Amino acid sequence: MTALTAPLAAIGRPVLSALAAIGRVALFALQVVSHLFRPPFYPREFLHALMQIGWFSLPVVGLTAVFTGGALALQIYSGGARFNAESVVPSIVAIGMVRELGPVLGGLMVAARVASSIAAEIGTMKVTEQIDALVTLSTNPVKYLAVPRVLAATLAVPMLVGVGDAIGIAGGWLVGVNRLGFNSATYLQNTVDFLESWDVVSGLWKGAAFGFIVALMGCYHGMNSGRGAQGVGAATKSAVVGASVLILATNYILTELFFSA
Amino acid sequence: MITLTGVTKTFGKNRVLRGVDLTIPSGQSMVIIGGSGTGKSVLLKCILGLVRHDAGTITLDGQDVTTADRDAFLARFGMLFQGGALFDSLRVWENVAFRLMRGPTKRPKAEARQIAIEKLRRVGLKPETADLFPAELSGGMQKRVGLARAIAAEPEIIFFDEPTTGLDPIMAGVINDLIREIVTEMGATAMTITHDMSSVRAIADRVAMLHDGVIQWTGPVADMDATPDPYVQQFIHGRAEGPIAAVR
Repeated sequence: MTALTAPLAAIGRPVLSALAAIGRVALFALQVVSHLFRPPFYPREFLHALMQIGWFSLPVVGLTAVFTGGALALQIYSGGARFNAESVVPSIVAIGMVRELGPVLGGLMVAARVASSIAAEIGTMKVTEQIDALVTLSTNPVKYLAVPRVLAATLAVPMLVGVGDAIGIAGGWLVGVNRLGFNSATYLQNTVDFLESWDVVSGLWKGAAFGFIVALMGCYHGMNSGRGAQGVGAATKSAVVGASVLILATNYILTELFFSA
Repeated sequence: MITLTGVTKTFGKNRVLRGVDLTIPSGQSMVIIGGSGTGKSVLLKCILGLVRHDAGTITLDGQDVTTADRDAFLARFGMLFQGGALFDSLRVWENVAFRLMRGPTKRPKAEARQIAIEKLRRVGLKPETADLFPAELSGGMQKRVGLARAIAAEPEIIFFDEPTTGLDPIMAGVINDLIREIVTEMGATAMTITHDMSSVRAIADRVAMLHDGVIQWTGPVADMDATPDPYVQQFIHGRAEGPIAAVR
């Protein structure tokens, strides 16, 4: 009997463990959301997080966007040449950037930069008993540490995505005009003509969802960090991996919701 | 008065607390001694609710700590953590005034800063220290800031977790004297966890020895040296031979 059930048990254990982890993250998310609307509020911590997550992520998101926009223009031009459709470069670059690449690559870059930093910071606070100290000082650690970061990331990442979209399109335009021989005015006119407002807005909604995920995973793994440097390292890794996978999965779900006919 | 009755706590297969019975009278300074890994810090965290005990009861002035209003309960406590546990991102004075700038007893910023500077002076630190960050302080200074934070809101009960760990003997003596003075001056109930015998003699009114998850002996500090209890005798004299296994 044991020999028969052993393979099932071997499958069941990780499945149950994964489900339990999903449940814990979901409960943590509910806890964070429930604290968003209840005082006390910590505006100073929120503004600090907004600067750290939004302003200081701008260079990495901008660089990612400009190179992606440029590469996209080259790819579409060379692929489009097979169908004599080189002229679609401006519109496809614009749609590709604002609908998919802007939010997804922006989200992934923020996940690498911000989820790791949040998890390491909060994880270190946990192992040095700073989180226990917060509790003894009558301060809820979720409210003080997680809520300002999650709120800041949810608001900052759409802004980063918006800026990234513009920079990405500019990257495509630079390559299109200087490398592929497009007329500058025509390129810009095609971009504007083919782009619809929902293309942009849907990308910004995705950005908000990705921002929420990034900060949530950083805070969750930081607060559940194991002991010592190894524990903090593992928490940081789990935060980045978890945030990246969730961003890609959420992106698919949102794309289905927004664009399936 | 803090009363613990039959408190147990298990982590996995490790039964850390196996039925702790202890009373800490109001206004007294109780020091818990015991070897490393015997559950002293766990006991302290159970009282504060940072770790939930499995069984038994913990009461503060007759009220069960698990059912008490959490904010009101914690407002009565101050705590000095082993490593200081100062918030890296805040300046020294903001650490000390943390409780004063939040919650129902919130004070204006200038007043909170003034109180913080006064508390820093009380623990022997100059006002110039107030605007530094914790990373700019030595270990001894960090302990003093932690002590200033613990007493900033003038709590009724103060917990000290290994207050002299990592300090040189002179700085340890300074911290011990400060704790004794402050506890006497404030009339606070104190509970200290340590395995430093000089701290025990400087701080304690009463001593309790925790070993094997239970209180092996408790009594006034004056009786400690004379007790025939073999656990206490081995511990206070630091002998390798005795009922406490050297390798645990």
